[in-house]
Amino acid sequence: MDIFAQQVLNGLVLGSVYALVALGYTMVYGILGLINFAHGEVVMIGAMIALAVVSALLSVFPEMSPFLMIALAGTAAILVCMSLAFFIERLAYRPLRNAPRLAPLITAIGISILLQNIAMIIWGRKYKTVPQIFPTETFELFGANITSVQIFIITVSALLMAGLLVIVHFTKLGRAMRATSESQRVAGLMGINVNKIISVTFMIGAGLAAVAGILIAGNYSVAHYSMGFMLGLKAFTAAVLGGIGNLGGAVLGGLLLGLIESIGAGYIGDLTGGFLGSHYQDVFAFVVLIVVLVFRPTGIMGERVSERA
Amino acid sequence: MKYFMQDLWRRFTGNRRALFFGYVLLFVALALLPFLLSNTVGRTWVRILDFALIYAMLALGLNIVVGFAGLLDLGYIAFYAVGAYTWALLASPQFDLHLPFWAILPIGAGMAALFGVLLGAPTLRLRGDYLAIVTLGFGEIIRIFLNNLDHPVNVTNGPIGINKIDPISIGGADLTKTHELLGIVFSGVHIYYYVLLILLFLTIVICVRLEKSRIGRAWLAIREDELAAQAMGINTRNVKLLAFALGAMFGGVAGGLFASLQGFVSPESFGLLESIMVLCMVVLGGMGHVYGVLLGALLLTVLPEILRSTASPIQRTLFGEVYIDPEALRMLLFGLALILVMLVRPTGLWPAPKRRTVIDQDIVED
Repeated sequence: MDIFAQQVLNGLVLGSVYALVALGYTMVYGILGLINFAHGEVVMIGAMIALAVVSALLSVFPEMSPFLMIALAGTAAILVCMSLAFFIERLAYRPLRNAPRLAPLITAIGISILLQNIAMIIWGRKYKTVPQIFPTETFELFGANITSVQIFIITVSALLMAGLLVIVHFTKLGRAMRATSESQRVAGLMGINVNKIISVTFMIGAGLAAVAGILIAGNYSVAHYSMGFMLGLKAFTAAVLGGIGNLGGAVLGGLLLGLIESIGAGYIGDLTGGFLGSHYQDVFAFVVLIVVLVFRPTGIMGERVSERA
Repeated sequence: MKYFMQDLWRRFTGNRRALFFGYVLLFVALALLPFLLSNTVGRTWVRILDFALIYAMLALGLNIVVGFAGLLDLGYIAFYAVGAYTWALLASPQFDLHLPFWAILPIGAGMAALFGVLLGAPTLRLRGDYLAIVTLGFGEIIRIFLNNLDHPVNVTNGPIGINKIDPISIGGADLTKTHELLGIVFSGVHIYYYVLLILLFLTIVICVRLEKSRIGRAWLAIREDELAAQAMGINTRNVKLLAFALGAMFGGVAGGLFASLQGFVSPESFGLLESIMVLCMVVLGGMGHVYGVLLGALLLTVLPEILRSTASPIQRTLFGEVYIDPEALRMLLFGLALILVMLVRPTGLWPAPKRRTVIDQDIVED
């Protein structure tokens, strides 16, 4: 087994989940200029809801097909997360749309704390194991081992990203979203219901987050009430790395961050002569981020923003 | 009613004798507060008050960076960590160094300021949220290093942290021990309260004077419009670096005091959540307003403690048993409070008197 190929593969799997979450950040940021700190928590809620549905189904209908089961759980998680995002936007962000910029950031942090603790009260403090509903098979690809779950993750995320790009670039809704992110006022003058578009943007992001939550829980076979925080942070880092507000940038940033992390963790020891161990994988990721931003202050694919519009 | 209060306030501040009397009253109240607390609700509350004062210093330091200069810093706790670890390494059995506090305090402040410049230098070109994420990364990097620098060379003792840190001692008198002065018994937390109060007072004076100084006005100018500030002849590079360094310095001093009060430091105390907490104090209190930030810091340190001590008794009297884990309930109410306060008062509880557009609408529409 080729270690390098294996690290690349793991990185791609992790990176595609990051990319899904990063898309949610970047869409909201593109339209509102807001860091949606609660987004990581939405990922966690998605994973928890899906897990609850799967466990319930397993105990009632143990013979059900795993595909139907995951479809039902996924639908439930997506619906819950979408309505959650709708209410979050409505209650915590919309009233503050014309407030100083840091005010919605603080409400976002408040929502994040709230969701985490509600999840803790409902599902407890312990790590929850995810039942293996799919038979795990391992295939060999370019000298690396790939499990069926990993194939599933990469396929689902690739399909969703392609779907999102189609929506944003080729539908009427997507055109309205792009117009809103250019200028809310002018978009409003053109007959676009800006509030509706913003709600829809939040909901699409939340749907992607729910799926990402299910995928990451499936990948590591555990779910925990605090799993969303760090994941959200990494995804936001990925979005910034790619150039925040840019959909392609979020995907690129996510994949890149996943690769950097897994390759960094594998080789950082050799690179520094054993001085730094794999504990430093996050340091590696952040250092790359800082270096990229020093040379390209608006991210890899970010557009040059003029000083003042 | 509002005008009546305003009129009363103006008359009060206009009358020198009344103002003087007010200050004396405040001074006496602050001096007696720890005794009042330890005799009514217990000594632990004096300790909580001590931590509130440390956090107030920390928040005032962050206020320089975020409130005055408008640079969103999400990794501010890193400087607190640098100060705390500097103190811990120079005054503990870890390296068997036991420097006196008047030597460590400036070293800690200097180290933190150095790290502030280290962070500031590569990020000068970044704006808004790009800066936020880099500072966040910087904070995480510092924490990860503290967590892992126990091998190959043991510097920070890793996740276990450093124990038995020397307390502040003046003339051989250990300030964490109980002392008697003029027939009054002062326990360690009481003495620390006075030391911290004096340092906080100094911090407030420095912050207020800084804001009104040439540098302070340059910060505000950069915050409002960096390009215009540059056109007015402000050296934005130096002024921004100075904001980072000065803000970091206060963080470093607060960190050192924290280490000596606690007697123990570990990387756990310096996570991202802590940075966010301090930012909440600044924004909730009123960004850019020294007294507002002070209010925010005191509220956000004392309020969760009050919730902690009342969460389970209230449940017990209402429902007969504890349904919700008090820790979770405390955080739940805390999150709710953050949201509600921001919805009702988006500029903070006590914003700067002239309502300015703070780092507002960085990306101006059309």
